[in-house]
Amino acid sequence: MEKVSLWTLAGVFAKIGMFTLGGGYAMIPLIDREVVEKRRWLEKDEFYDILSIAQSAPGLLIVNISIFAGYRLRGRRGSVAATIGSCLPSFLIILAIALFFAGYRDNVYVDKVFKGIRPVVVALIAVPVVDMIQRSHLNIWRALLAVGTAAAIIFLKVSPILILLVLFVCFFCARYFGRRKKLKEDSGEISGYEQAEESAVEDKKKEGGV
Amino acid sequence: MIYLELFWTFLVIGIFTFGGGYAMLSLIQSEVVTNHAWITPEQFTDIVAISQATPGPVGINSATYVGYTVTHNLGYSEWASIGGSIVATLAVVLPSFIIVLLICKLYQKVKKSDLFASLMKNLRPVVIGMIAAAAGILITPQNFFHWSSWLLLAGAFICCKYLRANPIWVILAGGLIGLLIY
Repeated sequence: MEKVSLWTLAGVFAKIGMFTLGGGYAMIPLIDREVVEKRRWLEKDEFYDILSIAQSAPGLLIVNISIFAGYRLRGRRGSVAATIGSCLPSFLIILAIALFFAGYRDNVYVDKVFKGIRPVVVALIAVPVVDMIQRSHLNIWRALLAVGTAAAIIFLKVSPILILLVLFVCFFCARYFGRRKKLKEDSGEISGYEQAEESAVEDKKKEGGV
Repeated sequence: MIYLELFWTFLVIGIFTFGGGYAMLSLIQSEVVTNHAWITPEQFTDIVAISQATPGPVGINSATYVGYTVTHNLGYSEWASIGGSIVATLAVVLPSFIIVLLICKLYQKVKKSDLFASLMKNLRPVVIGMIAAAAGILITPQNFFHWSSWLLLAGAFICCKYLRANPIWVILAGGLIGLLIY
């Protein structure tokens, strides 16, 4: 395969970035079409690998995919080019809006428009929450963990970062001790690992309720 | 130095963004609105509205806009505020760079390990709670100053969830209704 130019790479990801709306899952078929089917930069399997890693790594999905795909095609410079491509157009558009809007903040009509928009924003954030709940089949403990997290953030003003940190610690402890237990037992399909994971979730729940 | 504070805040937000753009909104809200009180909840709501109605990923849009607004609110000039938006956007992307490039190097190992997938699975309830909280915190007396605000919320929810309407049109419709009735 011939070398992809950095400009082409940035251009293609700019196009993908511009068609990303909201949470970003809508652009996955677009990336599939542009990068896999049309240009054959990546194999289908490779794309799915990238997608699964980009989804579980921290950060924004589109940014993670740009970095990973850019790196595969042109190394580090490719990852920078693809990321600039996917972020720069929205950066410039938002900046233009921010500069323009600053002058109209106190305008009476702008105020009316935003009074109508604000409740809509709450609805738009609530939709992915309901979608995720429906998709992920939470058991009672996980549901309680979700409710506890929301309550802790809203009413106790606990930082989500603190909650995530506590969960990380529980997760890695559970994994570490679970593995040791597994080695000792050396048998049984459902070993301490699963149990430890469950207890980590419970610990977290208690933490959230404090 | 506001740039340093912005950089650090958005770097942390970038590191802890598990679960995409909406999870990032929850982090921006807790750090920028609740902890630092750099912007008001109403300003944040407007920023989220504009970020959602504008093409591009909502996380990048809101980081850029929040970076600008924070600097502007603190009394700096427009040029300095543009600097704030650059700092916030770069800082929010930087952790992804380091982590994803690291994963690229260890690709074969990561592929076999279920570490990330398992972590993500266990994080999901927290991510759901975080995003729900982001919506919940925006239900303020200022944002819901009239009973009709609740009708707008319900209408927008039904349009997006069940009629699969495009969010841009729903936001524009909300704005038009606001212009007509308030």
